[in-house]
Amino acid sequence: MLKIAKYIILDIVRSKVLLAYTLLLLAISLTIFLSDADVTKGLVSITTVILIIVPLVSIVYATTYYFNAAEFTEMLVSQPISRRNILLGKFIGISSSILLAFFIGVCIPVCLFAFSATGITLMISGCLLTLSFISLAFLTSTITRDKAKGIGLALMLWFYFSIIFDGLVLMFLTLFADYPLEKAMIVLTALNPIDLARILILLQLDISALMGYTGALYQEFFGSGIGIVFSLLMQMIWIIVPLFFALKIFKKKDL
Amino acid sequence: MEKIIAVKGLKKSFGRLEVLKDVSCDFASGGVVSILGPNASGKTTLIKSILGMVIPDGGEILFQGRSILNTFDYKRNIGYMPQIGHYPDNMKIGQLFKMVMDIRQQDAVDKELLKAYQLESMYQKTMRTLSGGTLQKVSAALAFMFNPDVLILDEPSAGLDPLAAEALKEKILEEKSKGKLILVTSHILSEADEISDHILYLFEGQIKFYKTLTDLKLETGEQKLSKALTQILSSPSC
Repeated sequence: MLKIAKYIILDIVRSKVLLAYTLLLLAISLTIFLSDADVTKGLVSITTVILIIVPLVSIVYATTYYFNAAEFTEMLVSQPISRRNILLGKFIGISSSILLAFFIGVCIPVCLFAFSATGITLMISGCLLTLSFISLAFLTSTITRDKAKGIGLALMLWFYFSIIFDGLVLMFLTLFADYPLEKAMIVLTALNPIDLARILILLQLDISALMGYTGALYQEFFGSGIGIVFSLLMQMIWIIVPLFFALKIFKKKDL
Repeated sequence: MEKIIAVKGLKKSFGRLEVLKDVSCDFASGGVVSILGPNASGKTTLIKSILGMVIPDGGEILFQGRSILNTFDYKRNIGYMPQIGHYPDNMKIGQLFKMVMDIRQQDAVDKELLKAYQLESMYQKTMRTLSGGTLQKVSAALAFMFNPDVLILDEPSAGLDPLAAEALKEKILEEKSKGKLILVTSHILSEADEISDHILYLFEGQIKFYKTLTDLKLETGEQKLSKALTQILSSPSC
């Protein structure tokens, strides 16, 4: 498993796309930190950008890499190694490479300019978000046989989680405005890894007062120890569950 | 001769298309079996089922007497050369060989093809820069490298230059004399004629015949495999 991961990392590290992603993240963090004296504002801006770019690149890059290596996977299956180890090896390989880019592009600047509780939350949520979207990418890649369909599905998932989901939540709120929705909102948040990351980071910033009554409720729940554990746990579930299903499908898949 | 692979009642369909309909056959060690048949007759599916890449709907495959379902250790005894080799873009040839050695935990015992194709001098080249023919050479060298008991070659000479194809053919005959089983799918009949001991002819997912090459030629009275095949396939009794 780790052997495969090692060689996949060696392969990806030399790819230009990953280099471009690293430089893009680095450029965003450095420009924001250097152009704004207020570090907290800088963190908010970085959060906004990262919550869009990180899931998009993670899911699209992992899906593309998976499909480009289809024949390589076939060749690996013809070797004495279990399918489980092949898929997990790929997951470890791809995710460590993308995490490396995130580490260089975001974690290092944040540590240098804004090392604080918020900064740490940002780094952890970013890493978990990367992992959960790679996990989703593995699910889309094993479900579909065709590269175009796979990437299309990956893009749709990203579109759903970053845009459509919020729209649905708003619609839900307006429709059921007469009912107490506080608890329901927390459950709804847990259904979207991006929202989980966003709320965790924003609540570290003491600007939840701007978010009205729900913000106060969020502060009460997600600001508490249990809330933080809950959201971290939910993010872990978003990593493990799609990967588990991908593994289940891959074990029975014809190559 | 000892049976090394036994296929029993193998069935596989992709969607509504039945690719293999109840295929049963045995392969003994020490011989070259050419699997022939028109396009989409199930040749590659048969090979991939033996390698565990395609999971059959019914029937079973025994490798040295044991069912291969949900196991992978038996692949240690198989060398496989795919129809189209395709490896990660930025991986170097040397890295690929090292990785496979790592996975199999076996040393590269047989470097004859590596030397014949002069691949050792190209260890630093990345896969992206290689031509299709060179990729085929890499796949071939990889299949023979660990001195396996069974070799499975899917269209081995497609894309190889004449000299490289000749070297591969000699290698196949040499391995056969060592008592190995070699399964080859091919469309090139003259080549199959030169190397095969047995001919397995698949047609629409069923075995049309599985005979030794000599029997086939005797029955038809022809000297060449291509003519013998034409005669058998055109006769209405079949």
